[in-house]
Amino acid sequence: MTHSEYDEYRPPEPPRRRRGGRGAGPGGKGKRRRDLTESGGDGSREMAMVEDVEFESYYGRPVVKAPPWETPIGIYLFVGGLAGASGLLQAGAALTGNTELRRSARLVAIAAVGVGTPALVIDLGRPERFLHMMRVFKVSSPMSLGTWILSSYASGAAMTAANEVDRLTGERLPFGPLRPLLRLAEGPSAVLQGVMGAPLAAYTAVLLGDTAVPTWNAARHGLPFVFVSSASLAAGGMAMALTSQKNAGPARLLAAAGVIGDIVGMHFTKSRMHPLESEPLEEGTPGKLLTWAERLAVAGGIGTLLARRSRTVAVASGLALAGASALTRFGVLHAGHESVKDPRRVMIPQKDRLEKRRAAGITDDSITTGW
Amino acid sequence: MGLLSGPEENPAADSGWGHDHARKGFFTDTSICIGCKACEVACKEWNRNPQDGDLKILGSSYDNTGSLGANTWRHVAFVEQKKDRIEEARESGRKLVSLGMPTIGPRSGAAAPGGRAGEDFTGVDTTPPDTPEFRWLMSSDVCKHCTHAGCLDVCPTGALFRTEFGTVVVQSDICNGCGTCVGGCPFGVIERRDDGTVSPKEDRGRVQQEVPNKGTANKCTLCYDRLVEGEEPACAKTCPTTSIKFGDRSDMVEQAHERVAQLHAQGMTEARLYGANPEDGVGGTGSVFLLLDEPEVYGLPPDPQVPTADLPHMYRTAAVAMGGMLVATALAFLGGRR
Repeated sequence: MTHSEYDEYRPPEPPRRRRGGRGAGPGGKGKRRRDLTESGGDGSREMAMVEDVEFESYYGRPVVKAPPWETPIGIYLFVGGLAGASGLLQAGAALTGNTELRRSARLVAIAAVGVGTPALVIDLGRPERFLHMMRVFKVSSPMSLGTWILSSYASGAAMTAANEVDRLTGERLPFGPLRPLLRLAEGPSAVLQGVMGAPLAAYTAVLLGDTAVPTWNAARHGLPFVFVSSASLAAGGMAMALTSQKNAGPARLLAAAGVIGDIVGMHFTKSRMHPLESEPLEEGTPGKLLTWAERLAVAGGIGTLLARRSRTVAVASGLALAGASALTRFGVLHAGHESVKDPRRVMIPQKDRLEKRRAAGITDDSITTGW
Repeated sequence: MGLLSGPEENPAADSGWGHDHARKGFFTDTSICIGCKACEVACKEWNRNPQDGDLKILGSSYDNTGSLGANTWRHVAFVEQKKDRIEEARESGRKLVSLGMPTIGPRSGAAAPGGRAGEDFTGVDTTPPDTPEFRWLMSSDVCKHCTHAGCLDVCPTGALFRTEFGTVVVQSDICNGCGTCVGGCPFGVIERRDDGTVSPKEDRGRVQQEVPNKGTANKCTLCYDRLVEGEEPACAKTCPTTSIKFGDRSDMVEQAHERVAQLHAQGMTEARLYGANPEDGVGGTGSVFLLLDEPEVYGLPPDPQVPTADLPHMYRTAAVAMGGMLVATALAFLGGRR
């Protein structure tokens, strides 16, 4: 057979594996679909220009849908955690008489709530109906619980922050005769804010875990630990940046504990996941965000050890920690969105767990039945 | 109050409706679906669902609809298969039957273990018929109206509710479009409707259309508005081959069992049911399907679990995490005083 140079325009076709060749997809379970027309690289037949689908899915289309949660929700995940842990910090500072730390934590908290609540409302499909959230109290809905946690937390935070700002401005705010009432409400409000702090930091992890989005759902065993740690390091970091070194001791310690919890928690979370489910946390943009989150957290964590001596270091590491927390939240959010795009991330872990149950002798709980 | 998981006889009654309400459902027999898409059209017309997508050819056999979504409540899937895949489907179906389930072959009705009344395959030739070279699978997908509906459980406004027919419906005047239900569905059915008018100028043929219920979650209602009038859903009414059957859910499941036994007796061991098992991850579906291959071939998840089933465990994990956070804060203040 002869070839002229004009035949060379057609690039050599990569060998196409035969059907039945296993190991095409991760996990070795992938199957390919052959085209109806066999391709020939010699030009005698039509050459397939599309890669074979690597799994017996429905045209590679997604199986589950991710909630339409965009950037505002990422921001909320961050500031919600920041507010939650700041609630605990202000309560501790109030109990131990650390007025400076108490003031910093309360101001951070109200700023965080002030950013987070509108972010939640904006992301609704019908923002004008945000009050419909208060129609019911529903334990089976983490979003409903979160609404009530956030609103009670915000009421407490508003009262404590009002008192702090009032004192900071030398009682120049126009409260008039209401000032004694405001002071009277300060204690109970601080308690409310403290009590709701931890739930505010943790519920968002349950909110993400309680979905069919493969990466979030599989992360449910460890995500609450990641989220409370991420909240702690952010709140500790911000308080550390805004408080003099002398009074910032507890904030530094909380931030350091948060860094350890964050890193250990993330590795624990991933260790419980199917490789296909944890991949989005490690690859692509979300993977990059989470890698940088870990780097910033480590840097900020080391900074907390040195922050006692230098305010500059305290501010820098505080900001690094806040940045780490924000990147963690955006990383996890986007990893979930990424994980629904590829049907293999839904199908293969499900097939694997079904097989595992069948191997263990449990054959009565499959949605597919032969009778 | 309904359960989060496990078998549940009557979800409507458990949601506060009286016990005299029978649960309604679909039985979609894909073995007699001809892919005419009349169900898609009837559904769109009756429910006034706006256009989905840009009327593009999707390159997936005759399926140019894509998937279920906010504006598409019936979706006909088209799968083209060659001989080897047909044989695989037959084999996987045979395995399914042998999984501790009633066996195919000589068996005499209800007397045999696991047998059903009127089912006597003794003397019936169960050798598979000649395998065709090619087959076309067509299946009309729809909301499953789960016994344990993930979307309903996580809805924070109460917009989603369980009707007296045991179906799951969104109240569009209550829904505020938070999107939680979208992630709660293990089948990827419910979706938030955008304004639907995002299209470049090049689509000149596009009709400017009214988009009702913008920004709220939308999905199949099992034609709730028709059901309350004693009518059947638009898709079932229009289906020319009775591939889509509608009725009391118990009757539908019964018919499904009969039909799959009938197909098995004809040697079509690839036939299997999807959603008829009350022990499965969603407690059985209101819409039961008869499939001729593994569910993932049709784009259906092979082992869906309602995420809420694990919610008690998730709350416990969160409680432990919160406890850790409290302890860490307490220790920070004890240590930070020095």
